[in-house]
Amino acid sequence: MRARAVRSPTLRPGSRRVIALGRKLHVMASQAHPLKRSPGMWLGGIAIALILWFALYWQLQPFARWAVAQMQAPQGSAFASSVEFFLYDTPKVLMLLTLVVFAMGVVRSFFSPERTRAILAGKREGLGNIAAAGLGVFTPFCSCSAVPLFVGFVSAGVPLGVTFSFLIAAPMINEVALGLLFALVGWRVALTYLAFGLIIAIVSGWVIGRLHLEGWLEEWVQNIRAGDVDLQPENMSWVDRLEAGLDAVKEIVGKVWYWIIAGIAVGAFIHGYVPAALLSRIMGADAWWSVPAAVLIGIPMYSNAAGVIPIVEALLGKGAAVGTVLAFMMSVIALSLPEMIILRKVLSMKLIAVFVTVVACGILAVGFLFNALFS
Amino acid sequence: MKQVKVLGPGCARCKTTEEMVRAEAVRLGVDVSVEKITDYEAIAQFGIVSTPGIVIDGKVVHSGGLPKADDLRRWLQA
Repeated sequence: MRARAVRSPTLRPGSRRVIALGRKLHVMASQAHPLKRSPGMWLGGIAIALILWFALYWQLQPFARWAVAQMQAPQGSAFASSVEFFLYDTPKVLMLLTLVVFAMGVVRSFFSPERTRAILAGKREGLGNIAAAGLGVFTPFCSCSAVPLFVGFVSAGVPLGVTFSFLIAAPMINEVALGLLFALVGWRVALTYLAFGLIIAIVSGWVIGRLHLEGWLEEWVQNIRAGDVDLQPENMSWVDRLEAGLDAVKEIVGKVWYWIIAGIAVGAFIHGYVPAALLSRIMGADAWWSVPAAVLIGIPMYSNAAGVIPIVEALLGKGAAVGTVLAFMMSVIALSLPEMIILRKVLSMKLIAVFVTVVACGILAVGFLFNALFS
Repeated sequence: MKQVKVLGPGCARCKTTEEMVRAEAVRLGVDVSVEKITDYEAIAQFGIVSTPGIVIDGKVVHSGGLPKADDLRRWLQA
């Protein structure tokens, strides 16, 4: 790969200097290696970062109030309360996200898809579905890996239903969404989301397994016999794991921040302008049709999990029923069109239809149950 | 001459991995031929579960996520 950026004639001299500076810093950083890897430096750095984090965090609400007071908008107007929601939630959610993603990055360094497969390969259905759903929460997984992962699992002898439990749990119980729900909405909703997400993944996978649909896989998947890999076991030190946490922050926060700002903007609009009476009539517990409507609306919608949470927060604040809101959120996250298009490479249309139907029914059941329990 | 295969359907990280391999080989002065494998069936036959993966002289050395620069150097010099 040639260093295209430097050769490009369109670059101004100034940006060349920046690139050269970046290079120099990079070289310096790699020379400072022994220092960078000392556990003491890391612990000290993390302690300082945490103190700064909390100091900043407690200032967010006063700052948002102050900023709104500077505007000419009348106190308590819809506009002022929208702006305050936005100004308060944007830094708050981004800061929380950074913390949650860092912690999860460290936790995830203990899991890998290869190890998960090795654990699941010997499992029977039932217990296997439970293990798969649980591992799905923590195993690092990106949707562009969905196909290799699916094929890798099935060809290693992981039962189809167990593979589906994993494939449903992995996107649906998103650890970022879980952390944000916990911080923004409260532990009860967060725990319920976790519990019901796991149940849906376990039961849906089990049902799909019982239907014995192996014949509905694409033909090449049925015939494939994967070779054995023996990757050298990675000996990760704690510094490596903390570094993995930092990498996760760079990658995930760098990728989802605009989803979050879009989500907060929608949340702020709901917070300021949508009348509570209207919302509780449409999304309240008494409107039975609101749950299926929420699931149907959620299927074609695709948003990063982190972007949905501010909307969830605003909807709940306006008196929408918890079950309806959770059903909407799960449908947006778990049933995404792009992922289905990717999975079409290994699954027949019939199998995708079964997958969507089973998961959608599970989400419906959760929505109704929840509204009945908490209204 | 080392035969390096980069396995990945073509996501951003797979492309970055390929660039990293090439750059590191040039830097070390190691003679390599880098081949990109994007076909799902071919990828699956190597037995890896997550992409991008790296295969050097027929042996899978890496799977999932970007490789570390240190590891890359080790694999290419081995």
